[in-house]
Amino acid sequence: MIHEPVVETGIDKAAAAKAKFGVIMFVIYTLVYSGFVLIGLTKPEWMGLEFVGGQNLAIIYGFGLIVLAIVMGFIYNYYCTKMEDRMNKH
Amino acid sequence: MIYEVSNLAIIIFLFIVGLVLGLSFYFARKTKSASSYYAAGGNIHWAVNGIAFAGDYLSAASFLGICGMIAYSGYDGFLYSIGYLAGWVVALFLVAEPLKKLGKYTFTDALDSRFNSKYIKLAASISTLIVSVFYLIPQMVGAGDLVVPLLGLPHWIGVLIVGSLVIFIVATAGMTSTTYVQFIKGALLIIFSTILTIYILNNGFTLTPNENYHKFDKVAASMVNGTDLSIADPDYQVKATQRAGSKTFVKLERGGNEYWYNVNIKEDKITLEEALYTTSKPSGEKLYNGAPKSERKFYQVGHLSKIVIDGKEVSKSGPVGPFEFLRIVGNSEVVRFSKNTFQDGDDKVTVWNQNVTSGGKVMKPGLIYKLTKEAGATFWDRMNFLSLMLALFLGTSALPHILIRYYTVSSQRAARKSTIVAIAAIGFFYILTLYMGLGAMINGVLDVESSNMSGPLLAKTFGIGLFSIISAIAFATVLGTVSGLIVASSGAIAHDFIDKYLQVEMTDRGKVKAGKIAAVCVGIFAIILGILFKGMNVSFLVGLAFAVAASANLPSILFLLFWKKTTAKGIASSIFVGIVSSIGIILFSPTMYEKYGLIPKDAPIPLDNPGIISIPLAVITLVVVSLLTQKDNSTKDFSK
Repeated sequence: MIHEPVVETGIDKAAAAKAKFGVIMFVIYTLVYSGFVLIGLTKPEWMGLEFVGGQNLAIIYGFGLIVLAIVMGFIYNYYCTKMEDRMNKH
Repeated sequence: MIYEVSNLAIIIFLFIVGLVLGLSFYFARKTKSASSYYAAGGNIHWAVNGIAFAGDYLSAASFLGICGMIAYSGYDGFLYSIGYLAGWVVALFLVAEPLKKLGKYTFTDALDSRFNSKYIKLAASISTLIVSVFYLIPQMVGAGDLVVPLLGLPHWIGVLIVGSLVIFIVATAGMTSTTYVQFIKGALLIIFSTILTIYILNNGFTLTPNENYHKFDKVAASMVNGTDLSIADPDYQVKATQRAGSKTFVKLERGGNEYWYNVNIKEDKITLEEALYTTSKPSGEKLYNGAPKSERKFYQVGHLSKIVIDGKEVSKSGPVGPFEFLRIVGNSEVVRFSKNTFQDGDDKVTVWNQNVTSGGKVMKPGLIYKLTKEAGATFWDRMNFLSLMLALFLGTSALPHILIRYYTVSSQRAARKSTIVAIAAIGFFYILTLYMGLGAMINGVLDVESSNMSGPLLAKTFGIGLFSIISAIAFATVLGTVSGLIVASSGAIAHDFIDKYLQVEMTDRGKVKAGKIAAVCVGIFAIILGILFKGMNVSFLVGLAFAVAASANLPSILFLLFWKKTTAKGIASSIFVGIVSSIGIILFSPTMYEKYGLIPKDAPIPLDNPGIISIPLAVITLVVVSLLTQKDNSTKDFSK
């Protein structure tokens, strides 16, 4: 049984490099996310402490996680596109 | 709650539904092959697919459920926003591109790409079906909740309307029309949520949300003989006293009517505070604040009891900025409404008492998920928090109806770009949920019987036009997500199970027909479940779907991509263990015990979210079974 994609995607020579970069980005984000969960579990009182601009840590960290995901997404796309252009050139 | 039905609301609702159906008719004529039915021919532009991802993902759980949860429990509802968005990181960095390369129409295709295994086909098709059905329930519940204020119809009719429309959409045109429905409603939802947030900030803060807002009665009382309550005011008479948990409630007669009050004891001073209540009679009759629903004695609630700006107490503010808004809520005091249930003779009474909560507590985790010793947090409370955050993080990239969207674009690059568009759009929307939820909490719009309606009811305070548009979009939101889920489910039945597992010979047209018949069956099943689960918070229910997906599917996906020793039997066993353990824990959880009419504390497993147990269990199963069945891999060449 063949499970070919609907559209032929061709050979991507950058696949391995992109996968490695993806794992690195994933580990970085997971560490930051784990920090949030860990504070909630072990030092929940820290979440209410005023942090920046009158906002508490919970707000700054929560918003930060959302914004970080977006920013890392753009960085990932930028470098992956560069890798594809370079490695699939020939 | 009785709602005024507006003609404008009905017109806008019909327009949006008409638009959706028109699209379906248009694309139905173009859908002839299996590839166009299941994967829109793989020709959707990445930007359109990205917003369609957002439209698919920002389901009833996000708009109705999260806003409702924030409106009732503050930051704990926002935890869902954080977790739901963080899950996309797993999808982008680890899953998007390899899955695009491996699959054809369904998630099962991708999992089975290396093995051609009957075990995987069976396990993955069952898993897709179960996860999709778990996800379908809250969407249908949300749809039912929406039509009550929007069209003045009963909950079950809303479920029926959505079910019928979606069956029609999916059974006519499949993934292409589903994509454009999701694209339109995703874009509209983000635009109008932004407008609603601007209204909230412009409105600022006030102690009296509107001129018709209920003025809650307060009565001073004293204790006689150490046990009996006595009220000096002769207008009141004590009729009964009841306890519910740590709370005491007293039934007072006032002006010939009976009302329940919460007993508040502070520094030896006793104050009786008026509460909302419903009474369910043995005959089946239900009274709202002691009268039939039609007398409209039940009112919307939610207000601030103290507004503090720059250290000073004020009664109102002007327009505020986004950060100032959060700061002021954090420094002020909010009146939330807590639900308590008890028996009063033959009657079942549900009371929502005023619960004055400091803004500081509202703006950090703890009102649902107890985390501090002061709040009485137990080991299992902390595990519930951890389990939820784990399931949300790992669940997104394991949702079959999300994964199949990777097959609608032309390349891996397009898959990656559409994921980033989705993350940006969804992330922006999730930030707005905090404003919409807090806005609903303090603006006197909450219907205590349905937390799901907080967002749309908030829009109603800013005008019937905005309410109508927001509600119609929310309804389209349900249509879009349910369409995606039914496409995934019909793919699991018709493509994975009938075509691939049972290997029934079918022409391309026959495959499309089988998919359409499967869509109709799943749709009917979803309608029944949507009616049965009425009244539950939709975001909580979606959290469970995430836990089942993360347990059943994610270990298989990640190990397939990153561990060469993974075997077909390892994947299939892991899926089955993930499904059985996660659903088993859910069925014996405190929340389900409450749903069965039993005492939640008697539940044998004190966890509401199963992820912390079921995800590791699925991973261990995959590793152990794969290591035990290595000889299966030795005959295959996986170098490609």
